[in-house]
Amino acid sequence: MKKIIALLLAVAMLFCFAGCSAEDTNSGAEAKSDLKVGFIFLHDEQSTYDKNFMDAAKAACEEMGVDYAQKTQIPESKDCYDAAVELIETDGCDIIFADSFGHESFLIDAAKKYPDVEFCHATGTQAHTAGLDNFHNAFASIYEGRYLAGVAAGLKLNEMIEAGEITADKAKMGYVGAFTFAEVMSGYTSFYLGAKSVCPSVTMDVKFTGSWYDEQKEKEAAQALIAGGCVLISQHADSMGAPTACETAGVPNVSYNGSTLAACPNTFIVSSRIDWKPYFKYMISQVEKGEAIATDWTGTIETGSVVLTDINETAAAEGTAAKIEEVKAKLLDGSINVFDTANWTVDGKKLDSYKADVDTDANFEKDTEVIKDGVFYESDKRSAPYFDIEIDGITLLDRNYG
Amino acid sequence: MVNKKAIKKHREPPFHVVKRDDMPWWGAWGIRVATIIAAFLLVGLLSMALSGRSLFETYGIMFSGVFGRIFEGRTMMLWKYLQEIAILLALALALTPAFKMKFWNCGAEGQALMGGLASIICMIELGPKLPYPVLIIVIAVTSIVAGAIWGVIPAIFKAVFNTNETLFTLMMNYIATQIIAYYVYIKGGGSNVINPVEYGNFPAVGSNDYFVNIILVAVITIVMFVYLKYSKQGYEISVVGESQNTARYIGINVKKVIVRTMVISGALCGVTGMLLVAGKDHSINVNSVGGQGFTAILMSWLGQFNPFIMAVMTALVVFLRIGVAKVADTALLNSSFSEIMVGVVILMLVGCEFFINYSFKFKHNKKEAKV
Repeated sequence: MKKIIALLLAVAMLFCFAGCSAEDTNSGAEAKSDLKVGFIFLHDEQSTYDKNFMDAAKAACEEMGVDYAQKTQIPESKDCYDAAVELIETDGCDIIFADSFGHESFLIDAAKKYPDVEFCHATGTQAHTAGLDNFHNAFASIYEGRYLAGVAAGLKLNEMIEAGEITADKAKMGYVGAFTFAEVMSGYTSFYLGAKSVCPSVTMDVKFTGSWYDEQKEKEAAQALIAGGCVLISQHADSMGAPTACETAGVPNVSYNGSTLAACPNTFIVSSRIDWKPYFKYMISQVEKGEAIATDWTGTIETGSVVLTDINETAAAEGTAAKIEEVKAKLLDGSINVFDTANWTVDGKKLDSYKADVDTDANFEKDTEVIKDGVFYESDKRSAPYFDIEIDGITLLDRNYG
Repeated sequence: MVNKKAIKKHREPPFHVVKRDDMPWWGAWGIRVATIIAAFLLVGLLSMALSGRSLFETYGIMFSGVFGRIFEGRTMMLWKYLQEIAILLALALALTPAFKMKFWNCGAEGQALMGGLASIICMIELGPKLPYPVLIIVIAVTSIVAGAIWGVIPAIFKAVFNTNETLFTLMMNYIATQIIAYYVYIKGGGSNVINPVEYGNFPAVGSNDYFVNIILVAVITIVMFVYLKYSKQGYEISVVGESQNTARYIGINVKKVIVRTMVISGALCGVTGMLLVAGKDHSINVNSVGGQGFTAILMSWLGQFNPFIMAVMTALVVFLRIGVAKVADTALLNSSFSEIMVGVVILMLVGCEFFINYSFKFKHNKKEAKV
């Protein structure tokens, strides 16, 4: 009995001490405004894709002096709705942001339920047809970043050809994609066109994993591509699978979502990524000012949304930095258009007209003309990419819609 | 002689474990309540250590995670909490008749998924065609039948061929998961997500979407209690569970009871699938049940097969799951933290049963020496 009393006393004392320290921790830094942003992430910092958002969220909120809350590992299901409800009900958030494509419909349901809260969604397609004042889509012209990364890849191939490591007709790149889906297709096509702009003989093989994040599958896909004769790998999937497979095999890699230099010091060339900070700052400042957030917001090189990481001189070809700067300037002044129809063909023919599936519907109907004056205008009719054409020079080794 | 005695003494373990039947009810519940308190304390301390917040603050965050800003009159989170209890409890209730019969149904996950699949198919395919009341009835009937079928297949094999039901029901889960994956692939398009379907949703009461689910599960809880405790079928289940030979001797058709009970168990899992799909998600994916079919096994055990105790245990575990997740979120800890904590608590609760059923007998002479 004595022992039990002693134990209870010990516990009681613990509570007392805990109570004392509670007062200390509360006196933290005061936020500048009482605005609070809630972030919903598909995975956590293990995923390069989500880490890119998480870092930007933290930086933007700190710079703007606003408080924020986050929920990680939120699947693309009703869980997203529940997470939004929790962020609003419990944390009192005024803006909700979700980072994954499949979150969209569930976020729209939440937006209907809470008309006073602003909802922003990355990579989504439905804002322009949803008819809600408080639901917004955002993306960036990442195809321009991919194009620039493609230029770096093309220069590397040229270097390999010049060094006699490969012949020009063996300049084949490999690409690990997630789904056979416009966002991915737009990404690899712009990457390929970037490479082709400096290395005309380049071809590319693409494999799909059917998942945004599956380290093992991405690794195996990269290994299969390398075994199939690909001399340079890039990817649009979120794990370290492909980059580490490249490092092991000694095959150069153009990465995505951020630098993989630390894990791949010998093979990482450069990475394109979307910097979400400009959008987060825009979104917060619009709400602070009481002004509307754009229904579709497309970040560009100009807004600082499309960026390249530092080039790894160990792996990159000589003169890559200078060439990228040159091409970037041309993209900025409009003298280069990534999807200029003069630079690509479908079944040997140039396209004059193409209807893309811009408005989301159950039947994936092709509804909007997107080629004008010889250019396929990407991210123009809505922020999320809709380029889903299979062009010559790129071979899809498989298809995976999930 | 002296040597031999010394060896014998050396070999005697310091204590041994003895089965006990003499634990009074208050002793057993004393141990359980003490375990729960200890578990909460442990979770609080671990959360405190990792989040760098004080214990009081940690419990405060847990509370706010579960109940939201309830003191400001916002009851949404409370309803959400009750809804999550309802789903887990419904699955635990569904498993209970089977467990009481010592039929180890590990297939709640799959049975609920099949019920959910039936619901979503009706919602998508028949939604635009049928009037709402008819649609709801069709959804209910098909979900119950789908769950029952998924439950009765292993039962028939058990009754006729005496197959191992644990493995059988587990395997049925994988088949159900793959069927769902295939259905989502057909209907999902683009990024593998079935967008919420607007047809056949359970009605909201006021602004409360979950009211129907919660009431339905409350009713099921009471009915299950009465069924197990006072009905003839409930008695038959107990007898078959205690001894199949006894059951046969007193004229119970054991095969019939096994099959009938698994129909009920599967049907209730099917109902849970319907509550998830028509009552909550309005969509489906392979993780719709989210492993709760397995947690429910533990809930049924911890509840001693008594629906009301089960409800209390479920409320506790769900509280921890949501509360600790909030602690992890606010401290920017990894979200797996909550799952680890819930695992620790369940382990403690299961472990405490050992101390109720067994006692330690310490070496006699050591005790003497102590005094």
